[in-house]
Amino acid sequence: MADLSVNICGIPFKNPIIPASGVFGYGREYERYYDLSKLGGISTKGTTGTKRTGNLPPRVAETPMGMLNSVGLQNPGIDAFIANELPHLLSCDTVILANIAGSTPEECAEVAAKLDQTDVHMIELNISCPNVKQGGAAFGTSCTAAAQVTKAVRAATKKPLCVKLSPNVTSITEIAKAVEAEGADALSLINTLLGMRIDLRTRRPILHNNMGGFSGPAIFPVAVRMVWQVANAVSLPVIGMGGVMSGEDAAELMMAGASAVQVGTAIVQDPYAPLRIIDELNDWLDSNGIDTAAELTGSVRAW
Amino acid sequence: MKQDKYTEKLTYRVSSMEQLNAAAWSMVIDCPECAAKAEPGQFVNLLPDGAFTLRRPISICEINKEKGTLRIVFEVRGKGTKALSELRAGDTVNMLAPLGHGFTLPEKDTRVILIGGGIGTPPMLPLAQYFGSNAVVISGFRNQDAVILQEDFAATGAKTILCTDDGSAGRFGLVTLPLEEEIKAEKPALICTCGPLPMLKAAAALASAYEIPCQVSLEERMGCGIGACLVCACRTKDANGDEQYTHVCKNGPVFNAEEVIW
Ligand SMILES: Cc1cc2nc3c(=O)[nH]c(=O)nc-3n(C[C@H](O)[C@H](O)[C@H](O)COP(=O)(O)OP(=O)(O)OC[C@H]3O[C@@H](n4cnc5c(N)ncnc54)[C@H](O)[C@@H]3O)c2cc1C
Ligand SMILES: Cc1cc2nc3c(=O)[nH]c(=O)nc-3n(C[C@H](O)[C@H](O)[C@H](O)COP(=O)(O)O)c2cc1C
Ligand code: FES
Repeated sequence: MADLSVNICGIPFKNPIIPASGVFGYGREYERYYDLSKLGGISTKGTTGTKRTGNLPPRVAETPMGMLNSVGLQNPGIDAFIANELPHLLSCDTVILANIAGSTPEECAEVAAKLDQTDVHMIELNISCPNVKQGGAAFGTSCTAAAQVTKAVRAATKKPLCVKLSPNVTSITEIAKAVEAEGADALSLINTLLGMRIDLRTRRPILHNNMGGFSGPAIFPVAVRMVWQVANAVSLPVIGMGGVMSGEDAAELMMAGASAVQVGTAIVQDPYAPLRIIDELNDWLDSNGIDTAAELTGSVRAW
Repeated sequence: MKQDKYTEKLTYRVSSMEQLNAAAWSMVIDCPECAAKAEPGQFVNLLPDGAFTLRRPISICEINKEKGTLRIVFEVRGKGTKALSELRAGDTVNMLAPLGHGFTLPEKDTRVILIGGGIGTPPMLPLAQYFGSNAVVISGFRNQDAVILQEDFAATGAKTILCTDDGSAGRFGLVTLPLEEEIKAEKPALICTCGPLPMLKAAAALASAYEIPCQVSLEERMGCGIGACLVCACRTKDANGDEQYTHVCKNGPVFNAEEVIW
């Protein structure tokens, strides 16, 4: 049995496997399958300043080895999250990362300030959201906007702040550095890539939103590449994700530079995926004579 | 898919497989824990073998609690249902079940009308088995070649009415004609329906005109199937009549017709 524990921003995680934001809701649906304390942590559904209803259906399409979604941040708003969901999550004996988003830096800061008054362990700021003040381009696609929103949220909270980067950019390392300079404590990546599918018969996009977020095993190599680039460009801990389906995938993302790994689409397919991935990571470490998961981080021997 | 202690929990044996017509298959799955919990109107979410990311939701067509089996009937539409149609007795299938919120049923001795359209007919069978001779089952299909499950419905003791769009079997025309006749003959306490959207709308409109409660089983593209990923949204009215998104996999697939925003 290898030592699976990792530490990020001074927070101890039992193991490096964390359900990703948006696929795990607030944990309740998965509790009837297993005890949530087995998880390294939980990243909760993206929560905004006020309630959001989300996009028109259809919101999902299958793709070769992946999927598209256009949920559109449907959530009950931060007050309802803090009142109805967070107390229960905090009783689950696992690390809680509150994933937040907003349409303006002010909205993000307001949400973070409210969470600052709670016992949540970490705030994960999703900057892939459209910035309404700048023509709807995602905060995460320009260094200026990414820096601005990070700065606003940093000023609103002393909680460990993890900024979740968008892969839909020309240079992810530039964004990572801009966010680091404004006081982020950690980075998580990658959010979904923008994708689209069309129904040949009706000539209609399958998603009512036309475009959507592309996730799943098909994006894994992009995630490995971006985690590797970012881990080399900044001195912050990185939480990696994007298409992780197995313990070996988790080990690969850690070698690329991740201190922990989030699992999204694999859970949409199989509720037990995170537990299986924890077991597989442990077995892989054991069979390779590696004592701790933490020593994998950044251990790739790049050419 | 790799077998381990977790995938084993979702792995069940196919106990029989039968082809019903050119496109439709009937599969019986040995799954005592699932059958014990299953209720009419719920569904199963199957992960076909191969390069599939998403599970395929299929309604439960028969629940046998003694034998510990569930039956599903499905049509081959794309790659996923094609792969499922290639399973044979003795093979295993990866399944999450039973899922969703099914029909809310009154006492067995109430007069009900059950309306199934095309591949929406299978979830009507557990209801016909429950209500027996108190049920009228109206099934509609494109043509004779698409007709399924008529012997199964007849065996429940329910009155069965078959319609086809081209008149090649049973009555010519839409299910709403016999529906209105049956309502006029004796007003039912409940109408339950599953099938194409225009049919659901028409049945719900008639139910509303005659002030009969109506429950409809809806379809939406799904991910997790258990209410967490929020991809299977449908528009409904809440208790105050305000519009909201609920989720077909958790709040449905069966909804009261008056809640649905068509
Ligand atoms: C609650 C529920 C109950 C259902 N019950 C039955 C049933 O009893 N018998 C039956 O034959 N079919 C049923 N369906 C429809 C069935 O799920 C689809 O025909 C099937 O998913 C198509 O998969 P495919 O791979 O063959 O098609 P593809 O078009 O290749 O599938 C691509 C993706 O789209 C999804 N998709 C495509 N069509 C539908 C659809 N109509 N509804 C939902 N998702 C769809 C698939 O699940 C998959 O994720 C039901 C659907 C729902 C939501
Ligand atoms: C249905 C769905 C909903 C998502 N919702 C959110 C969200 O609310 N906030 C967020 O930061 N990321 C969200 N994501 C992105 C995931 O957290 C993750 O970054 C991405 O899916 C890549 O990982 P994966 O390939 O393991 O799914 C969502 C992904 C999916 C599939
Ligand atoms: S399919 Fe995930 S919430 Fe309905």
